[in-house]
Amino acid sequence: MAVQDVTPTTTRPPAAARTWTKARILGNGLTGLWIVLGAFLVWSLTADFDSETFGRYGPRMLQGFWLTVQIVVLSVVIGSVIALPTALARMSSNPLLKMPAIAFIEFFRGTPLLAQLFLLYYGAGQIRPELESIGLWWFFREAFNCCMLSFTLNSGAYQAEILRGAISSVPTGQSEAAHSMGLSRTVTFFKVILPQALITALRPLGNEIIFMIKSSAIASIVTILDLMGETKLAFSRSYNFDVYIWAAIMYLIMVEALRVTWDWLERRLTKHLRMPNQDD
Amino acid sequence: MEYLKLLSFGPGGWGDELLQGLWITVTLALATLPFGLIGGLLLAMGKNTGEKSLVLAANVFTTIFRGLPELLTLFIVYYGGQIALQKFVNLFTDTYVEVNGFVAGLIALGLVFAAFASEVFLSAFRGIPKGQNEAAYALGLSRYHAFRLVVLPQLIRLSLPGLSNLWQVHLKGTSLVSVIALDDLIRKSQIAVGNTKEPLFFFSVVCLVYVSMTLASSRGLAIVEDRLNRGHKR
Repeated sequence: MAVQDVTPTTTRPPAAARTWTKARILGNGLTGLWIVLGAFLVWSLTADFDSETFGRYGPRMLQGFWLTVQIVVLSVVIGSVIALPTALARMSSNPLLKMPAIAFIEFFRGTPLLAQLFLLYYGAGQIRPELESIGLWWFFREAFNCCMLSFTLNSGAYQAEILRGAISSVPTGQSEAAHSMGLSRTVTFFKVILPQALITALRPLGNEIIFMIKSSAIASIVTILDLMGETKLAFSRSYNFDVYIWAAIMYLIMVEALRVTWDWLERRLTKHLRMPNQDD
Repeated sequence: MEYLKLLSFGPGGWGDELLQGLWITVTLALATLPFGLIGGLLLAMGKNTGEKSLVLAANVFTTIFRGLPELLTLFIVYYGGQIALQKFVNLFTDTYVEVNGFVAGLIALGLVFAAFASEVFLSAFRGIPKGQNEAAYALGLSRYHAFRLVVLPQLIRLSLPGLSNLWQVHLKGTSLVSVIALDDLIRKSQIAVGNTKEPLFFFSVVCLVYVSMTLASSRGLAIVEDRLNRGHKR
């Protein structure tokens, strides 16, 4: 005799139909508006697609895109080199180390990047004889160098604050445990404290890079031909507003690509901190 | 002494011009706040409903205006607004219209502020336990009153740290309007530099003014934060 299936067959009640709430009507309306706007944008970019403008300025804008990437990578990387000593000086109890670090951080975080850039770029021109006499004029002569210097110091100051916050968020028990195991201060810092702090710092650091991508557009104001600079040039010559839309798309691609990478990086690096069956 | 003369008021000095610029900077920063805050709150409420289409629409807005450089947003609003408005006006008459720089700055900075503020408000919404809303409904408060009397006061307390960060960024961000020929602090000092050839001095003064503004507002906001948290001190 075949085994009888004893589980009673039940039919589930049908899922309740989604009603048209006010929120849903509004949401559909607004999403529709975005779709219409997007379609209009695509239409206007293709309808009066000017192959001459595109052929002339397209490659230049790609070059600008590449320069923007270089500016951001360089200033963030060099900034991180000055950030660690600054953060340590800021946390030190010695006022001779602490005070300059506070002044540095407050100045660069408290003033607009544009003002810092102007101070360096135009200010260097004013003290040209002095700079020439100490043999540094070749550096400040180039707008690009002034730009890099101010971006690097700015990013360094922001990263120093991020690091400081992250380092002080590591529980004191960690360093006490390391000391009781007989680890030296240096080993404790680099092998115990810093790795944990960097995981905390990961998200704000990602935000800082995004902030830098966006701020780097300021370079165009002092004649640097980054993505923004090339775009402004193309607009002033062709009066074709589409170039700004193309630039916006390129910036959004840059920022979103970084965000996706960063999410992936964070998931990977914090794998050991999650419960084993938690989804990642 | 010579430098002090440069800052004096009157025909020989630039003190009065710089003050006018400072006034533009401060009024622009403050005038953007109501739009940015209300816009951000509405966006956050939309994202908090859980209604998929509404969340999507709000997220598209946030992604665009959080990802674009403020400078580019400003140019798009200023030049794009100019072109669009001109086309619209030309439908009726052929007069020449010009977009006001202050208004363009207000719109561009307001959009960016709203996008960032919505994320701050959203995480504040998530910090308010669901029970608060449920208790309010159980007490018979209407949805409006539950929001106004129960959720909003807690929302303000929870979002203030994030918002004061945002305010600092925004205050410095107003410096960008100098490139669309709005006479803010930076542009006024550029004019002064053009006349006196003293960039080091004037831009140092500008930096000092900004530092004191950010320091003062962070002190002020810290006091407000303390006051709002007085029921939550351990």
